[in-house]
Amino acid sequence: MTKHNFGRLFFTLPYYLWLLLFVIAPLVLIFYQSFLGLDGHLTVQNYLTYARSATYLKMTLNSVWYAFLITAITLMIAYPLAYLIAQLKRRDFWLALMILPTWINLLLKTYAFIGILSQSGPLNALTKALGLGSHQLLFTDAAFVIVAAYIELPFMVLPIYNAIVGIRPSLINASLDLGASRVQTFWRVIFPLTKGGVEAGIQAVFIPALSLFMITRLIGGNRVITLGTAIEEHFLTTQNWGLGSTIGVVLVVAMLIVMLLTDGANAVKKGGKRG
Amino acid sequence: MAILKFAGVKKGFGDTEILKDISFEIEEGKFYTILGPSGSGKTTILRLIAGFDQPDGGAIYFDGKQINDLPANKRQVNTVFQDYALFPNLNVFENVAFGLRLQRMKKRAIQLRAQEALALVHLGGYAHRELDELSGGQQQRVAIARAIANRPKVLLLDEALSALDHKLRKEMQTELRQLQRQLGITFIFVTHDQEEALAMSDQIMIINEGYIEQSGTPVDIYDEPLNHFVADFIGESNIIPATMVKDFVVEINGKQFTCVDAGITPGEAVEVVLRPEDLDITTVESGKLAATVDSQLFRGVDYQIMVHDRDGHEWKINSIHKTTVGKEIGITFDPEDIHVMRKGESQAAFNARLASYQEVDHDQA
Repeated sequence: MTKHNFGRLFFTLPYYLWLLLFVIAPLVLIFYQSFLGLDGHLTVQNYLTYARSATYLKMTLNSVWYAFLITAITLMIAYPLAYLIAQLKRRDFWLALMILPTWINLLLKTYAFIGILSQSGPLNALTKALGLGSHQLLFTDAAFVIVAAYIELPFMVLPIYNAIVGIRPSLINASLDLGASRVQTFWRVIFPLTKGGVEAGIQAVFIPALSLFMITRLIGGNRVITLGTAIEEHFLTTQNWGLGSTIGVVLVVAMLIVMLLTDGANAVKKGGKRG
Repeated sequence: MAILKFAGVKKGFGDTEILKDISFEIEEGKFYTILGPSGSGKTTILRLIAGFDQPDGGAIYFDGKQINDLPANKRQVNTVFQDYALFPNLNVFENVAFGLRLQRMKKRAIQLRAQEALALVHLGGYAHRELDELSGGQQQRVAIARAIANRPKVLLLDEALSALDHKLRKEMQTELRQLQRQLGITFIFVTHDQEEALAMSDQIMIINEGYIEQSGTPVDIYDEPLNHFVADFIGESNIIPATMVKDFVVEINGKQFTCVDAGITPGEAVEVVLRPEDLDITTVESGKLAATVDSQLFRGVDYQIMVHDRDGHEWKINSIHKTTVGKEIGITFDPEDIHVMRKGESQAAFNARLASYQEVDHDQA
């Protein structure tokens, strides 16, 4: 072995170890576990159980539906927001404000929402003061979706913001110069060039949203049962690690499908800066 | 009739005044160059014409109508951008057809017009290429095709050739000139490259620090620079302080020389310009000045020779004949090679003075 090769191995080894221990090994373990029955023997029973059960099917559809809703709402808020921030004079400051909440612990933020949405919280106090009476806000589907969207928002704003800022100003000028109005410029130039950012944002939000469980419990009050909740139950409550792993594999497959659909690599190439 | 007119236009960004007082008229069907150093305000003028910025004062007229606040997309002007600004998500054809699609033209008509524009820039077979398959020079051509496909009345070119290598730039200069003649529309070309300006333009406007220093044909500007800045900026020059003795006689470094300038108060301190290529090397005896050669630089077309005369003044000489460093030589030049510049003389005053004594000339003749 040459000296050069040795140096290369020395520096790359930690990364390979990391990949092996924290990415490949867990995946292999989950895959292996998913074929283990309750008695510890190899079986496809878990998959059969999953496929035959109407409850799991409904749960899967539920997960996808809520993840879709959360992603759609986040996108609808994040795109105009990212666009607005990109136009501002002190955009770095506003972007930092946007990202700041991600520094706060997720559990803390969730508890804060419990306070805000509760019967005696400020929102209900406001509706009461306006004479609209108090309402059950906590433990509703809407509350779950809103809180999840709030938490995921920065992860959608960032890639879109980066894509918008990456567009050379001369491209906008060129579009106007060729006769496009501001609206036409948006649809013909800005939006196509930020597609890569949108796709990256969808991946960053949809995939975690698919396996949310804490928010479903604390804000959704377990009314919304997603695959994330099911995995948690199987690992912690019913101790059926095999079935839990099977659902885990289903989620991995679902994520792969999303990544293929959004085709991230290609989009990044097309939307990137060009000399 | 003037297609474009600036009347006392001012423009600043924040606290800095970029354009202080710009007035000019642009005629239809000519090739104009706005020439100036970086930061002189030349690109700002282009942005005002295109409509990307609005003037703070003064007025811009297009075809007789004031267009100060007309948005860019409503102007019959198209731009070739310095960085080309081609849309990376579209191929060559779609880039060229961008403006045509916005006009809701028929598919067939778009096809024809885009192909025609591409053919004009010699990219006929490139319609379906992606941009990243093209070289820098080809991308440049696409940018030009896209701008002319819209059939603007005025085409703006912002430092359009500065990203190309020397040889390609020379080729494109010739092609742009041909294209302008072929299309018959007004080109306004912005550059900091004086050689480019001289080679391509019908009219040159020299901008410095927010003012127009001089405007005129390339020959006028080269032969009769109005002031120190223009003389220094355009071409190479020897600029020497001098004193006007009387009409047609100027004193340079204590020696009197015959010149062709008149109408200046005797005794007035002036500057004279002598172009390095107008100075000839001869023997010490037959020279108007005697000098020693300090250095000699071969530049392909000629030699640049630096000399100092017996009073210690430096001279720059461009000659196709070589000489020897350290040799004593004579410098000679003709009266018409001396160009006298008055300090602070405006273009109008200069033209008036020129007219006054050239008439005298005619009377004598």
